Amino acid sequence: MSIVRAQERTLGILRWIVIAVLLVVTVFPFLYMLMMSFVRIEDLLRNPLMLIPDLGSVTVETYRRVLAPLEEGGYGFGRFMANSAIVATGATLLTMLLTIPASYAVSRLRFFGRRRVSALFLAVYLFPTIIIAVPIFVGFQVLGLGGSLWGLVIAYIALTVPVSVHMLRNYFATIPESIDEAALVDGANRWQIITRITIPLAMPTIMSTALYSFMIAWNEFLFALLFLSAKQDLWTVSLGLTRLADGQEVSKTILMAGSVLLTVPIVVLYGFAERALTEGLTAGADKG
Amino acid sequence: MTATSHAAARHPPRRRTILGRENRDGLVMVGPLLVIITLVIIVPIAWTFVLSFQEARYSDIARNGLFNALTLENYLDVLTSPGFWKSLGTTVVYTAGSTIGSIVLGLVAALALRRRFPARGLVRAVMLLPYVAPVVAVAFVWEVLLNPQYGLVNAVGTRILGWEHPVDFLGTAPQALWTVILFETWRYFPFAFMFLAAALTGLPREVEEAAVVDGATPLQRFRLVVLPQLMPTIALLTLLRFVMTFNKFDDVYLLTGGAAGTQVAAVRVYDQLVGSSDIGAASANAVVLAAFLVIALLLYLRFFVRREGNPS
Repeated sequence: MSIVRAQERTLGILRWIVIAVLLVVTVFPFLYMLMMSFVRIEDLLRNPLMLIPDLGSVTVETYRRVLAPLEEGGYGFGRFMANSAIVATGATLLTMLLTIPASYAVSRLRFFGRRRVSALFLAVYLFPTIIIAVPIFVGFQVLGLGGSLWGLVIAYIALTVPVSVHMLRNYFATIPESIDEAALVDGANRWQIITRITIPLAMPTIMSTALYSFMIAWNEFLFALLFLSAKQDLWTVSLGLTRLADGQEVSKTILMAGSVLLTVPIVVLYGFAERALTEGLTAGADKG
Repeated sequence: MTATSHAAARHPPRRRTILGRENRDGLVMVGPLLVIITLVIIVPIAWTFVLSFQEARYSDIARNGLFNALTLENYLDVLTSPGFWKSLGTTVVYTAGSTIGSIVLGLVAALALRRRFPARGLVRAVMLLPYVAPVVAVAFVWEVLLNPQYGLVNAVGTRILGWEHPVDFLGTAPQALWTVILFETWRYFPFAFMFLAAALTGLPREVEEAAVVDGATPLQRFRLVVLPQLMPTIALLTLLRFVMTFNKFDDVYLLTGGAAGTQVAAVRVYDQLVGSSDIGAASANAVVLAAFLVIALLLYLRFFVRREGNPS
C-alpha cells in the first residue's frame, strides 16, 4: 500500500514537471520568434541573452521592411502573402469539392470497386511527396504549368486530398444511414441528400477539414521551391522567406518578422478549429 | 457497367434499379477524385519509374517526352555510389530516431495530461503548435536559437553553463544529425500525443479500476494494463511516422541543407534533381527508396497487423 502511495505521489509531482517542461518547450520558440521580430539586429548581437526587449529598443521597422514592395526597398511579403492565400484557398476549395462527394460515396454507397477505391484512398496517404515531386515538376514544365500558381494548386491537391478523405469519411460514417433512407423514400436523390442533409449535418467537420487542407497548402515548401523558384512575383511566403535567407545579407530579426507573418494566419485558423481538428484526425485511433 | 448486370443477375428485378442507381451515383461521386488522384499521384509514380530507366535531362524530356532510350545505368549508378548508401544509413538513423523520439515524448505528454485539470484544453491546444506551424518558420527560429554567434542556446551555454566554446549545432557532424532528430521529435510529438490522448480516452475504465482494487502500483497499471491496450495505436503511429519521416525533405533541407552528415535520402534526390538536373538519377534514387520502404511495410504488415484494420 505504501509503495502505491509513494509512487502515486512521485508521479503526481512528476506529472506537473512534465507539463511545465512541455509547455515551455512548445511555446518558447514561438514567443522568442515574436520577440526577436521587434528587435534591431544590433541589439540582439550586443546581448544574445536578451529575452524581453527593452521597450526603448522595440521597433516595427522589421515588419515595415518585410512587407513593403521591392520597389520601395522592402522584401515584398505583402505580395507573397497574397500568393499563399490564393494558392491555399484554391487548393482547399477544389479539395472540398472533390472529396465531399467521394467520401460520402465511399462511406455510404455500394458501387463497383468500392473496396478498392477505399483502399486506394488510404494508400495515397502514404505516398511520398519527394517521389511524385520529380515527375510532377517535369510534367508541369512540359505542360507549361510549371511556373504558375495554378500548377501549385493542382499539385497541392495531391497533398490535401488523402487527409481530407480520411477525416470526412470517418465523420460521414457516424451519421445514421436511416436519415438518408428516409429522404430516399421521400423522393430525394443522392445529390439532394448530400447538399441538404449530409453537408449541413457535417458542417463543423467540413470546416475543420477545410482549415486543415488550408494549413497544409499554406505551410507547404517543397513544391513551391521546385515550381516557383525562378518567378519572384509568384513566391509564396515560405519560399520568399527561404530565398530571403539565403540570397542576400538579411538580418535574422527581419527573418523572424517574416516567420511571424507566415505563422500568424495558421495559428489564428488553428485556434478556431483545434477541437474539431484533433477529433477529426484521430477518429478511430482507439480502435487501432 | 458489367457491375450493374452482374448485380442484376443476383438480385430480383425490383432491387436492380436501387442498386443500379447507387452504383451509378457512387461511381459519379468518386470519379472526379479518382481522375485527379490518377493524374497527380498515380501517373507521376509510374512516370518516375519510367524516368528511372532513362538517361533523362530536361532538354531530352522536352524534346522526346516519354520516349527516351531505356537503360539500367541509373540503377547501377545509384546502387554502386557510396553517397547513396551513406544517405540511406543517415535516413534510417534519422527516421528511427525521430519516430521513436516523437512517439515516446507524445506518450509521456498524453499520460501527463490524462487526468483533468483546469486549463487542460488550453495546454493541449498549445502543445500542438509545433505540429501545425509552418516548417519554414519553426526551422528559422531553431536556427536563430542555435546560432553559434548570437543564439540564445549558445549564449546560455557559454555564459551560464560554462561551455568553453559555442557549439555549431547545425553545422558540424555528428551533432547536426542529432539536432535534426531532436527538431523532428519536437515537431511531431504533438501528432503522437493527439492520437495517444484519443486512444487513452477510449480505454475502458473497469480494467484499471480492478487493478487498483488488486493493489497494483501506478507503474504496474501502466505497464500491465494501459500500455498493452495502447499498442495498436503505437504500432500504427510507428508506421505512419516512419513512412512520413523516411521521405521527409523540408525539415532537413531547411535546417542544414543536407550538410554536416545530414544528407537524408529525400534531400539527396532533390540535390540530384535541381543541383545536377539529373532526372534519371533522381528518379532511380526515388524508386530504390520506395522499394526499401515497400519492403519495410510488407514486413511490418506481415508481423504486426493481425487483422485488416483502419489505419486512421
